Parts: sequence; C-alpha cells; structure tokens
Amino acid sequence: MESNEIAKVASQVRRDIVRMVAAVSSGHPGGSLGCADFLSTLYFDTMNHNPTDFKMDGRGEDLFFLSNGHISPVWYSVLARSNYFPVPELATFRKLGTRLQGHPSTDHHLPGIRMASGSLGQGLSVGIGAAATKKLNGDDSLVYTLHGDGEMQEGQIWEAALYASAKKVDNLIATIDYNGRQIDGDLEDIISLGNLTQKWQAFGWEVLEMGGHNIDKIRATLAKAKSLTGKGKPIMIVMATEMGQGVDYMMGTHKWHGAAPNDEQLASALGQLEETLGDY
Amino acid sequence: MTETIEIEVLGKKDTRSGFGEGLLEIGKRNKDVVALCADLTGSLKMNAFEDEFPERFFQIGIAEANMMGIAAGMTIGGKIPYTGTFANFSTSRVYDQIRQSIAYSQKNVKICASHAGLTLGEDGATHQVLEDIGMMKMLPNMTVIVPCDFNQTKQATIAIADLEGPVYLRFGRPSVPIFVKPDADFQIGKADTIIEGTDVTIIACGHLVWKSIEAAQELAKKGISAEVINMHTIKPFDNKAVLDSVAKTRCVVSAEEHMINGGLGDSIAQLLSRSNPVPQEYVGVNDTFGESGTPDELMKKYGIDTANVVAAAEKVIERLVTGPT
Repeated sequence: MESNEIAKVASQVRRDIVRMVAAVSSGHPGGSLGCADFLSTLYFDTMNHNPTDFKMDGRGEDLFFLSNGHISPVWYSVLARSNYFPVPELATFRKLGTRLQGHPSTDHHLPGIRMASGSLGQGLSVGIGAAATKKLNGDDSLVYTLHGDGEMQEGQIWEAALYASAKKVDNLIATIDYNGRQIDGDLEDIISLGNLTQKWQAFGWEVLEMGGHNIDKIRATLAKAKSLTGKGKPIMIVMATEMGQGVDYMMGTHKWHGAAPNDEQLASALGQLEETLGDY
Repeated sequence: MTETIEIEVLGKKDTRSGFGEGLLEIGKRNKDVVALCADLTGSLKMNAFEDEFPERFFQIGIAEANMMGIAAGMTIGGKIPYTGTFANFSTSRVYDQIRQSIAYSQKNVKICASHAGLTLGEDGATHQVLEDIGMMKMLPNMTVIVPCDFNQTKQATIAIADLEGPVYLRFGRPSVPIFVKPDADFQIGKADTIIEGTDVTIIACGHLVWKSIEAAQELAKKGISAEVINMHTIKPFDNKAVLDSVAKTRCVVSAEEHMINGGLGDSIAQLLSRSNPVPQEYVGVNDTFGESGTPDELMKKYGIDTANVVAAAEKVIERLVTGPT
C-alpha cells in the first residue's frame, strides 16, 4: 500500500483510538496514538498475513506480538481495519463480555491475537519462541514484536536480548516505541535507559533507528530490517515517537498514558483527525 | 484382626530419571515434542533427549522467565514444549510468566519440575519449594500431576503430550521404591487405589504414597484396615475416588510433601466439606520453611514420615469415635 493510503488508515485508527477510550472513560490513548503510524504500516504494507482466515498456529504467515499490551486500542483498531473482525465491534472495547479486553487476551478468541499481554516484559521471549518454531517447521516467514520503552526496565527483556543474539534468532524483528514517557512521568526521571541503541548493539543485535511518524521512513526501515533477516542476528528497531501524536493536548506530556478524554476533549481530538475510512 | 499387606517393590530409583526416560520416549514417538532447560540438564536427566534430538533441545541458560516465554511462543506453530528446571524455579520464580503467557493464553506447555519439596535435601530451604502445588492448582486451565515413583513419572511424562493444554508435572530428586508396574495404564485425573481398606482412607501424592503404603502396613499390624489412594493428579481432581472411599471409611488422612496450606489436603477438604463432611487429618509441612539435611532426616523432622501418617490415621479414627473436639 502506498504511503498516502497508509496515512489515511492511520488517521482513522487515531479516531478509533480516542473514541474507544472516551466511550468507556478508560484505556491508554497516549502510546496508542504514538504507534498508529507504525502499526498501520506493519499491517497494511509490511507483513504477509491472512486476516480473513485467522489461525492460531500462523504457519506460513508473518506473526506479530504486542508486548506492551496496554496500547491495545491501536492494535484492535488496526486489526479491525485489516478485516480480522468487524469494525463495529470496536464499540465493545473494555465492556463486559467483549472480545476486546482491556489488555489483549486469547481467552476471548479475538482473531489476530495469539498471546495475552499486559504484564510487561514477556513478549520478546514469546516472539523468540515463535521464531524458533518457524525455523523448526522450515517456515521462512517472520516474527515481529512491539515493546514500550518503559518496558525495557523489566529484567526478562534482557534475558531475551541475551538469548536471541547468542542463539542467532535472525527471523525476528522487534521494535521499541521510544516515546520517553511512562505512567509516572518522563522516562529519564524514572529510570533512564541511557544509550538504548548502544545497549542493544552491545547485546549483539542489529539495531536500526527511525522516526515513528514518517510513513515513508517506516516503510523503508522495515524493508531494510527484512533484508537483514537470515544473517545470524536478531533485529531491533529503536523508533522515536511522540506519545499522543496527532492530538495536540495529548502531546508533550505523560499525562495521557492511561487517561481517557471527556466529551469536550474528545470533540477537540476528533476535530484534529480526519475521518478517512468512516467511523464505526 | 492382624494381617500383612504385600506390595511388590520392583527396585529403587529417582522420579526425575523417570522423567528423563519418558521425555526420550515421547521425543521418539512425537516429533513435535521439544525440550527446554535452564542450565540443569544433568539434574533433570534431560541429557538423553538432548543427545538424541539436538535440534529439538533448547538450552536457555539461567533465565527461567525467558524459558517460559519462549516455551509459550513455541506452541504457536504446533510444538509441544517441555520445560525443565527445579520446582522452585519452575513456579514461584516465574509465576507471572506462567499465569499470563501459558495459563491465561492456554498454551500447550508442559512445565516439568524436579527437586520438589524437602527431599531435595542439603541445598536447603531456598530450593525446597513446598508451595508449588497450591500455586499451580490455583491457575485456571492448568493440569497438576504429582507422580509417585519412577515408572509413574515416566508414564505421566509420556501421557501429558496427548493432553492439549498447560500441565505442571512435579517430581523429585531422591531414590525411592518403585511399585507401579512398568506397563500400568496411567490416566490423567483418575486416582489409583493401591490398597483397599475399611477403617480409614489415606490419600497421598508423590513421595508420600510410598510412606502411606508403609503406614498402611504398620496399621494392619495394629488391626487397622487402611485404604491407600494414590492421587497423582491434583487437578482435575478425582472426586469420585475420594467420595467412594470415605463413604466406606468415614475418615480421611491426606499426605503430601507440601505445605498443608494449599495442597492436596485442601483439595480433599474442599470436596468433603461440600459433599460429605468427615474428619480429616493432614500430613504435610505446617507453615514453615525447611532446612539443610538428608531427605530422611528432613521428612522426620518436618512431620511427613511414615510414623506421621500412622499417627494421623489413628487420630482421625479416634475423632470418629469421640466426635468434634
């Protein structure tokens, strides 16, 4: 898909995100908005996947795992807009009996989801496991994961980092949403990650850097990442983003990490986001 | 009435070796079986599998959380991962990883845990997990199996490959008598009645099954007829086996190498309190950590030896006579 078409998807995804969280006065809009461009590109351009015939075992198709499960709104919107499930179902987000749980769940059988996430730090290990099985099965499709930057504070991430390079897990492309903010404040003030790129390089990963809001550059970086697979190294993309991207009052602060807009704020947000594919 | 109870002993071996043999066997039968280990291959007796199937063996290093996550991910695409490490590192260290990525996500991972309980011995309380059965049985979707000897551990290791879903398989370090026949039909969720009796029901799992057999032999000499049930599957629980037995004996002793809190005894009490309240006594570790020592010394000191099962049986029968205290 061309970049301008992906941009239209991302704009609609942003509308979906703010409407979903506003409807239930809960959820995590900030990080979701920040990853809308990346996930729209991944699902509409990069990945080889099969939305209309979802199978848990994912043989022969690229897999994606959302490790920072709290940004479920962006994932649900992208999945729905990719035809994994009906778009109107987005209206059930976080409501009793929904398949769109607050954090992603396989227990409720939402097509597109292969692993529960929410408790942070687990998705990289899961991605490594799925990648190992693909190799055993002679399946040359790829595994993608997305992580929060705050999630880098979890120890399991670094267990997985060590393992993936030592065991040459080279069919895995991980991405970190480096927006510099977490729930209690700015990441630098909570626990600095220091030089994140150098850390992953020191762990033996191939590291790419990109801005997370320029779709041409996201496409190019993901294409480069794919070209680097199969060469003995796992691949990490350090993606610079702005939490709340697209909604002016949500940007430049950590305060919309886990807070929903009220009616007035929602109207303001929607006024800034073009309706491109039709609201649900 | 005095009688002798004969149970044929086929030898003596550690249950972890039963796991190692079972893993090799199921590896030969099912090419989707893969094994993961966190730097305890020798202790878990996984060497034979590693030698036979090096491409299906994954040395994770000392990183148990990562191991559980990798195992969960490997199920996507059809593999059946068996993870191997000590019981403490298989449960309490990685409870959240198991909870989210395996149990809640309904992944077909077999968590195989050795060196459970006090009989790990000299390493002491840091390694002697006595809470694992409770932790694991509380997780929805989790099957919990505690086999009693070498043969049964081997049989269970093979059987769990055919059960779709997460399993916790708990076994141990010391060499213990083998009394389950090598060709016995192991059925997950179906208890084995080893000795039939009429005066008291003793329900045990793991190493305490043999201790309970010894206790029944002691009790027989005193004219007490004890029924001994090997409750190798803690979850799903064989309600019928318990209810049928206590309908006959009207009292029960639970025996396990585990905390009294949260273990096999609790499962029995939950069932009986709802269906048929009868007096129950508990043989287990009573809210304390262990310490260094030999397995025999520790079982004696912490009250999970043959003599404790005998005493509990006599006490529960006495309660049946005297009524509530």
